This record gives sequence, structure tokens and C-alpha cells, in this order.
Amino acid sequence: MIQALFDWPTPRALAVWAALAVCLLLAPLVVGSYALSVLVLVLYFAYVGQAWNVMMGFAGQLSLGHSLYIGVGAYVSAVLFVRYGVSPWAGAVAAMAICAVIGAVIGFLAFRFSISGVYFALLTIAFAEFSRIGFDHISFVGASAGLFLPVAQRTHNDLLHLRGSPVMFYYVMLALSALALFLCRALRGSKTGYYWLAIREDQEAAQALGIDIFGYKMRAVVLSAAMTSLGGVFFAFYYNNLFPEQIFAINRSIELILGPIIGGLGTLVGPLLGAFVLTVLAESLRSATDALGLNLPGLQLLFYGVCLMVVIIFLPNGIWPALKGRLGFDDDRRSGD
Amino acid sequence: MALLEVRNISKTFRGLRAVAEVSFDVPEGGIVALIGPNGAGKTTCFNMIAGSFRPDGGTVTLAGRRIDGLRQDQICHAGIGRTFQIVRPFAQLTVEENVIVGALNATGSVSVARGEARRALDMVGLGPKAGQMAASLTLPERKRLEIARAMATHPRILLLDEVMAGLRPLETDQMVQVFRTLNRETDLTILLIEHVMRAVMALAGHVIVLNHGETICAGPPEQVVRDPAVLECYLGEEAL
Repeated sequence: MIQALFDWPTPRALAVWAALAVCLLLAPLVVGSYALSVLVLVLYFAYVGQAWNVMMGFAGQLSLGHSLYIGVGAYVSAVLFVRYGVSPWAGAVAAMAICAVIGAVIGFLAFRFSISGVYFALLTIAFAEFSRIGFDHISFVGASAGLFLPVAQRTHNDLLHLRGSPVMFYYVMLALSALALFLCRALRGSKTGYYWLAIREDQEAAQALGIDIFGYKMRAVVLSAAMTSLGGVFFAFYYNNLFPEQIFAINRSIELILGPIIGGLGTLVGPLLGAFVLTVLAESLRSATDALGLNLPGLQLLFYGVCLMVVIIFLPNGIWPALKGRLGFDDDRRSGD
Repeated sequence: MALLEVRNISKTFRGLRAVAEVSFDVPEGGIVALIGPNGAGKTTCFNMIAGSFRPDGGTVTLAGRRIDGLRQDQICHAGIGRTFQIVRPFAQLTVEENVIVGALNATGSVSVARGEARRALDMVGLGPKAGQMAASLTLPERKRLEIARAMATHPRILLLDEVMAGLRPLETDQMVQVFRTLNRETDLTILLIEHVMRAVMALAGHVIVLNHGETICAGPPEQVVRDPAVLECYLGEEAL
């Protein structure tokens, strides 16, 4: 796994990555506050998409309930901060640990009793839904009235307590998505990564080749849950308000999986590319309709639906696999080049 | 003591006795063939040895260790590699990646596994196709991929389920050559299910004939093909 980290991509790919990194690092100096908020969203979706992709894209386990981990991550860190003054970074560790346990419980129930495919997806939805209803009734965390983080005008960015300007949040999210990308890249080239792909492709054949299917699927679920919860921590401190009805909602689970699906399931670049394409298009659409004075609720969801259909019809493997060949770099499948 | 000892294994599917009290040995370094008409219980025997099905009764012992009832992956670790009669390639992975997955059974290092995969692919003649998607392979190539993948797990005994089916005579001879070389050079023990008698006669030192889930004959290939019961139920009189 360590070795895979230093397994450099082709020079051309490296150049593109370097250019992208420079653009992203310098972006806050150039773009306005609105564009910056869109970029924060892009990075957020790239991050949680990457986390979801570990489970679905790599190990082939469809979760439609990832809002559960976002929600629990957000609530754990926010409650620790609001009630006990615990730093969000320490809160993040707690959130990851708790979500890892939740992921392990769901994974254990599903894999121990051979629940797979759509039934597994239904199980993930069920857990997210009853968490939503549960949190609606826990008065300690504000119940359905919501939980609010203190917002005060500050003269400087307090990274330790994640209180500060959008620019700070932008860099935090950039660092998180970059870390997730590196982690996934290392995993993809490791024994675990190969085993996940084998399980995704054919469980029975994978098992006959000596793969402990239960163990490796558990690893994927636990890792994905822990990673996703960090997205929730960020969400809590960025938006400063949490409502169970919103954060655990199924459309939150759906919107985070659209990026990797449209970008390219199981690829490393897919979640990033999909998040960028979808978020930027959706935001442009919103500003266009706003400029025209139209008020069309639900238009964004309709738009997501159209995007999904177009990609499924014309690029069934997602945008990235189609684009990669034309760009002349092939870092997802190093062995295939 | 034989490397693989199968004792009185049985399997019933909803009242149908697929395998009834079958026993046989596979000696270390030997090549044993399991033959018989369709539905005789050959693949069911394989599935019980490799752990896809748990036998209703009887025992399977590999090098003195009971393996019946273990999971497939544990049995693979114990040293049994298998191919599937209906091939199961990892379609969206490259040919090489397919075999790397197999090779990782014996090592934690992907680069070592890649080397092993290359060797296994060269052995079955798929070296030039290493970078292609497994989905793009033809059926005979997929069969060879199954073999390379199973071999890459470093088994002590390789179970081959009809890997010659659909191959042309020349390809069959090449495949026979591959297994002979493997058997001679690495002392790999092989248990095969095969309908292609050309391959059975060329490879096997011992043949077991199953019919309706029971052993009806066992012995050296020359003797088995002359057995009246085998001729009647499987090979037909014209085989003489």
C-alpha cells in the first residue's frame, strides 16, 4: 500500500494533476465569494463521493443510506462542541469511531445473513430513516427544532475550533478531498483493493481464490462509514445548523452518490469529476433561473435526473473512463497501460 | 497417505441423491480424472471438495487435515485451487488483474503477485493479452484464464472442471502439455473432471467413473475404457 503511493502516474497525468492542484490552491485568491462557495460544495461532494465509492465502486456494496454517517458525524462533533467545548478535530475522531461501529453493525447484519444487492441497499436506507426519526425526538440534540452552532464575527480564522471564513473551510475541504484521493489510490493498488474489486465482480469466484468475503466487505463498509462521517463533521461546522429532517434525508444520500456514478464508478477521478460537473452545472442552472426571475422548486432534482439519464445512456461507465483514454493517461489501471 | 482423501461423501438435493458414498484418493503428485455421463455428480463432488457445498456425510482430508465444512476461502488457503465449469472471470478487470487476485492468496505484495501472474499467464499462453479486459476474451481464453488464476493461488492440488471443453484438438494437446509440465516440474497434483477422453487418456494416471452419484469403476485409464459397465453407461460400444 505504501509502495502504491509512490507509484507515480505517467508524466502527462502528473502534469495535469499538478496544474489542477495549483489551480485549486490559488482559487480563493482569484474567485469571488459565490464561486468559492460553489467550489466548497464541489470539494465536499468529491470527498463524500470518494468515501461512498470505497464501498460501491470498489467493493460493490450499494449503500443508499450514507446520509446516516453524514448525520451522525455532524451531530456527534456538533454536540461535543456545543455542549462540552470539545474541539471539532477531537469530535471528528469520536464521530469516525462511532460511524465505524455503526457501519460494522450494519455490515455484520447484512453480510452475516447474506443480504446483498437491492436488499442491502434497502437495509442502509432503513438505518438512515430510523436515525432521522430517532434524532427528531432526542431533545438533548435539539430534536426536530434543530441544533445550532454559535456563529460570531471573528477577526481571525480559528482552525482548532473550525470557526472562521469560507476560505478556511475551502482549504480544509481541499485537504480532506486530497487525502481521500491519496488514500483511495493507495488502497486501489493494494491487496485489499484487488480483493474488493474481485468481490465486486464475482463473490463466489473471489471466495474460491482464498478471499475472506465477509472480512473484506466489512473493511469496506467500516472505512467508508468513517470517511463519510468526516464529511458530516465538516457539514456541521460549515453550515452551523443541523436538522434531522434535512441531514438524514434520503435525497442527501442520493445526491452524494450521483457524483461518483456520473464521474465513473470505481475510478479514483470519477467522484471528483462528477462532483465538479454536477455542482457547477446545477449552480449555473440556479443562477440562470434566478436571473430570469423564475422560481422553480425541485428544478435542481429534475436536473440531476436528466444528467443521470444522459450519462447512463451515452456513457454507461461514467465520464472519466470515456475521457481518460482521450487525455492519454491511465492512472486508474496502472497495470493495464 | 494420499494428499487428498475423499471418504464416503454424499449430497442430496431435495430428494435427489446427486452423490452417494463416493470415496477415492488422489496421491501426491498424481493426476486423477473423474469421468462419467452428465448428471453423474462429478461437479457436485468438486463443489464439496472445494467447499461450495457442505457434504451431507463423509469426510474430505487434505494432507491429513479435515477440510470438509470449511469455507471456500479457507479451503483455498489450505491448498486447493479450482476452476469453474461455467467460467467466472472478473469481467471488468484486466486479464492480469484477474490473475493477480489469485496470486495474492500466497503473498501480501502486489508486485510479487504481478510477477506470479505474468508467469502463470505465460504458461497458459495468455501473456500477450495481459492488459485486456477479461470481458473481451473468447470462451477458450476464459478457460485458460480460470486455470492461470487458480494456479496463481499456489495450490497443492488443482481441481479442473471441464477445462478442455470447447477447445480444438490442437488446443487440447497444448493444454495437456501445460498440465504435464506443471505436474512434472512443480509436482502439482491434479484432479480433473473431463469429457474429452483424448485429454483424460493423455494425462490421467488413475480414472474414477461416476454414474448416478456412485462410483462404478476405478483404475488405470486403459483398464477403465474397457470396462463393460463404463462402456454401457458412458463411452458407448464404439469407443472400443
